[in-house]
Amino acid sequence: MSSPQVDPSKRTWLIASTCAGVVGGVATAVPFVSTFLPSERARAAGAAVEADIGGLKPGEKMTVEWRGKPVWIIRRTPEQLESLKKTDALVADPKSERKPAEVTPMESTRNEWRSVKPEFLVVVGICSHLGCSPSDKFTPGAQPSLPADWQGGFLCPCHGSTFDMAGRVFKNKPAPDNLEVPPYTFLSDSKLLIGEAKA
Amino acid sequence: MAEMKTAPANAPLGEKFMTWVDNRFPATKLYKEHLSEYYAPKNFNFWYFFGSLAMLVLVIQIVTGIFLVMNYKPDASLAFASVEYIMRDVPWGWLVRYMHSTGASAFFVVVYLHMYRGLIYGSYRKPRELVWIFGCMIFLCLMAEAFMGYLLPWGQMSYWGAQVIVNLFAAVPFIGPDLALLIRGDFVVSDATLNRFFSFHVIAVPLVLLGLVVAHIIALHEVGSNNPDGVEIKSTKNDKTGVPLDGIPFHPYYTVHDIFGVAVFLFIFSAIIFFAPELGGYFLEYNNFIPADPLKTPAHIAPVWYFTPFYSMLRATTDVMVNVLAALVAIAAVFAILRGRFGAVGKIAVAIGAVVAIALLKTFDAKFWGVLVMGGAVIVLFFLPWLDHSPARSIRYRPDWHKTVYAVFVIFFFVLGYLGIQPPTEIGTLIAQIGTLFYFGFFLLMPWWSRLGTFKPVPSRVTFAAH
Repeated sequence: MSSPQVDPSKRTWLIASTCAGVVGGVATAVPFVSTFLPSERARAAGAAVEADIGGLKPGEKMTVEWRGKPVWIIRRTPEQLESLKKTDALVADPKSERKPAEVTPMESTRNEWRSVKPEFLVVVGICSHLGCSPSDKFTPGAQPSLPADWQGGFLCPCHGSTFDMAGRVFKNKPAPDNLEVPPYTFLSDSKLLIGEAKA
Repeated sequence: MAEMKTAPANAPLGEKFMTWVDNRFPATKLYKEHLSEYYAPKNFNFWYFFGSLAMLVLVIQIVTGIFLVMNYKPDASLAFASVEYIMRDVPWGWLVRYMHSTGASAFFVVVYLHMYRGLIYGSYRKPRELVWIFGCMIFLCLMAEAFMGYLLPWGQMSYWGAQVIVNLFAAVPFIGPDLALLIRGDFVVSDATLNRFFSFHVIAVPLVLLGLVVAHIIALHEVGSNNPDGVEIKSTKNDKTGVPLDGIPFHPYYTVHDIFGVAVFLFIFSAIIFFAPELGGYFLEYNNFIPADPLKTPAHIAPVWYFTPFYSMLRATTDVMVNVLAALVAIAAVFAILRGRFGAVGKIAVAIGAVVAIALLKTFDAKFWGVLVMGGAVIVLFFLPWLDHSPARSIRYRPDWHKTVYAVFVIFFFVLGYLGIQPPTEIGTLIAQIGTLFYFGFFLLMPWWSRLGTFKPVPSRVTFAAH
């Protein structure tokens, strides 16, 4: 190759057309990447659901699907409510102060039992670590994967995070936050609306 | 335009045909460069079967995959049943499906052994850095391929495995939740996720994979194969022909040699397909025979065995581990400032860097660092060519205690793999944390330890005894 002769006017146009090409390329990529976003149908599927809790006995749990996620409704026994006092010191965020807008959007649930009515716990049954659904471990006492002074609660089978009977995560576990409390409203004593907080 | 060659008038028809082709496409040239005149070292041993076996498994996966797609339905309400339909109703469908599912595990067995070969014989050292890097990229593609393929049967493990791994991306600070949403295409793993994973699994990733395999081989054939002695055969050539004295043509010598390897591999492969396609829950997890249920996580979820060493490292990164990492950063910084051979500005930069690193470690959740540790465990492999400073390429000429270091590394890799399959326990987490630190120490401290010890003299020719 002979020594390169730079033609500045040509080079300007080459740079300009390359830039224009890059802009065009990026603009073309936008619609393709946008197709990865949730579709309108998926967005519309977030409506509130009603649950009939009339038949729920103390100590029982029922699961309702809301936005594709399991929502647990647990009617806690007095002993289970009592156990929350013992776990206060052991849980990472006893007063639901972390990320309140995401984890406990309703102010009326930012209390020790994390519910509107102390008896009824309503939480999204998805671990804040990596999205597994924890299993029920309501029986107190020593069990595999659980401490000897277990008071009853939930154990995530994926990475061993444990939660108490109010869905509060224990300290030094992989899960960073408590179980999410969805917005909900008691329409009557036996009807619960999940997904909407009416005043 | 290249000069047109003409075959002699009385040449056989085959020669005339090849002359016609060669004038238009470099068929003979390619054949010579990559097969009949590609000179490979004559001292290849057992470990050199796995490259060609990986290629064989790739072909098996592509062919069986094509046939599976003919009967599979990528729809959340039909997927599980369509896989069962393939297993029960499609004539010989069970065989094609078991070949594909066993092939996935076989791919990782073969590739792990292939990578281990490169590790012990220094096959990543100059001038083979790009061969190694293309190989690492192939490994990454394989992991993506395996992970997305595992969602397709839409069983419980498919669903919850995908849920966990996609949520890993949500741990990225600031953009995480949106990123996870972009990957899933919905607020939970759903039909949209299944469809896009299907598209990636059958077309996007395989295309990239094939391109990378071609690049891996072109780079290899440019620099030539390494060998168990780590001796450069190109430095001792025949004066007249220019052929390496220790090299033999790939075809017919290694093609025949590899056919033997293929035969032995197929014995084992067929035995698994016909007698133990699930391999005790390791190749196909039992929970995946239950249809996906978004409301119920199986009692114990674990990834398939080939991901478990990395998964163990993810689980090992707890708050305690993050504190250990922060302490290690501090110790490394103090050491660098006291002993490092750089000026005051450099030392201040190290101090500031360490403080920032520790601050970041304490700011973000352990979950995010777990993801980073898991990803870093794969990414660190890319840097291996520049981490190894040992004077000898091959383990054969390194100090004996290096062999112990490699042995401990392999043992920890197996232990991490085993722990990743088991439910988490306190003692298991502790062992996984030690294993994780050893894994990273092995690579990150390599510039230091790989130079130490008394190296044995490296011969100028390969060691080879005719059999």
